[in-house]
Amino acid sequence: MVEDKTLGGRLFAILNYTLLTVIGLITIIPFIHVVAGSFTTSAEMAAKTFVLIPTDWSLEAYKFIFSTSTIFKAMGVSIGVTLLGTVFSMFVTALMAYGLSRRDLDGRKPIMFLVVFTMLFSGGLIPTFLVVKELGLIDSYAALVLPSAVSAFNLIILKNFFQNIPEGLEESAKIDGASDFGILFRIVLPLSMPAIATISLFYAVTYWNTYLSAILYLNESAMWPIQVLLRQIVVLASGMDYSSTLDNVTPPPEQSVKMAVIVVATLPILLIYPFLQKHFAKGALLGSMKG
Amino acid sequence: MEEVSVRPKAVAATRSSELSRRLWRNKWIYVMLLPGVLYFLIFKYIPMYGLIISFQNYKPFKGVSGSEWVGFEHFQRLFTEPDFFNILSNTLILFVMNILFYFPIPILLALMLNEVRFGLFKKVFQTIVYLPHFMSWVIIVSISFVMLTMDGGIINQMISYFGWEKINFLLSPEWFRPTYIVQVIWREAGWGTIIYLAAISSIDPQLYEAARMDGAGRLRQMWHITLPAIRSVIVVLLILKIGDVLELGFEHVYLLLNSMNRNVAEIIDTYVYTAGLKQGQFSYSAAIGFFKSFIGLVLVMLANKMAKKMGEEGVY
Repeated sequence: MVEDKTLGGRLFAILNYTLLTVIGLITIIPFIHVVAGSFTTSAEMAAKTFVLIPTDWSLEAYKFIFSTSTIFKAMGVSIGVTLLGTVFSMFVTALMAYGLSRRDLDGRKPIMFLVVFTMLFSGGLIPTFLVVKELGLIDSYAALVLPSAVSAFNLIILKNFFQNIPEGLEESAKIDGASDFGILFRIVLPLSMPAIATISLFYAVTYWNTYLSAILYLNESAMWPIQVLLRQIVVLASGMDYSSTLDNVTPPPEQSVKMAVIVVATLPILLIYPFLQKHFAKGALLGSMKG
Repeated sequence: MEEVSVRPKAVAATRSSELSRRLWRNKWIYVMLLPGVLYFLIFKYIPMYGLIISFQNYKPFKGVSGSEWVGFEHFQRLFTEPDFFNILSNTLILFVMNILFYFPIPILLALMLNEVRFGLFKKVFQTIVYLPHFMSWVIIVSISFVMLTMDGGIINQMISYFGWEKINFLLSPEWFRPTYIVQVIWREAGWGTIIYLAAISSIDPQLYEAARMDGAGRLRQMWHITLPAIRSVIVVLLILKIGDVLELGFEHVYLLLNSMNRNVAEIIDTYVYTAGLKQGQFSYSAAIGFFKSFIGLVLVMLANKMAKKMGEEGVY
């Protein structure tokens, strides 16, 4: 479209850019504030109203939170659950998505219905909890992965992506004697790398952010992933009933210490975000438009 | 006579053998489907079956088959408990706030973003506003907590800088709802634009050209071309949102909940968690969950029907 050169058009553009800039700043400033706050001394935090760039650079908050093993342990749990969970979820999702993408398959429609119906109705928290309990998964890391292993939404995105691969390619592979697994792993998956990357990252983010499953299924605080620890340190301490979670803390954590914990819990997301961002718009669209 | 009676059988036989041949040919595909189907059966459908405990006095050691049946007792309790109406109204208020204050924002943002001609600006803006969607509620709530606390939180420091009275955002009931909705908007508004932007990008540019020829300015083009073109997407997303009626995010509300704001902050999800898992009232809280899921399903179906009556496609 051509730039609108009329007075009204110019005014409109100025207003539009200004508003969007303000919205962008409101979104990003809290993050910058927290990162800056984590790198400064508690004294500077208390003295200044608005810290965006610290003048008094300090690593004391990080030294403090890494002086105990609590954070390391929680990070280890989260990293492990994220890696194993993502691989497992991807494996199950890709197999099922490929099966459902085959138009000639008998029973495809009822299975699709089975999947879509779970997006509309669910047994809810208590019956799900009882199933997990009956399976003996309480206080095991499997409880963080299995009950949410397949996302119906991700499955549909991937199925639609697989469906868009020309059928001729699969046909000719079949004539050359390839098995169904061969077609999936040697032809369909390599052609679907953008979709696979997107869905993997969606799963990874979900596992990294795991909180509800952990508070439902893990009683042992030693098993907690980083999100639950973050809540203990920041949210509960900001309320009233503060109970010290870091082993050797006597006073409640200062602002800068809380901010450092937030940064640590956020960092992995920020690290993968650039890769994520490249693909997701397209991936999310494919799924939601045709879902 | 004989031939006539034999023929249908033969046809049926070839048909069924044809089917079994097709099933056999696709056997490995069924093997591939198996883990996923098992997942949905075990973790989605068995819990649906498990909802029958809301008609029982479920005892964990007796299990579903051994527990005593009580009919609609728990549902009756639900509707006579004054607490329940408070929880239901808290839930509905947050839902209505979501529709009124959150839902239109991504549409507006997408319309504004669509008017941006400067590519780099658009890209940077999108990168920034999509980011919060990938943060957990724990992270979002934590960030706002360090900003909102009375002692040393940036917001209260600014408030007192201007000489106003500090506000106890986290512990006062009247600030719970504003805090909740601002957090929702902050996290999801940017991400919500994706689908509208895609719908807008598929509009035929000739339509705009024709409108410009007729002397339509930016705002009129928005009103007469862009908005009608994305109408069906708006309707679909609204139906989905209505279906999520009681899905306000357990995590989000649970994290904001404390003994001071419980009166306005307790919603169905958090109540099910407390009554069910903390107090062990499995059957009663399963009944509440059932009520919630059922209402959600009914509302999606109603919204879908209405959308179809209005000449839109709906979601199914």
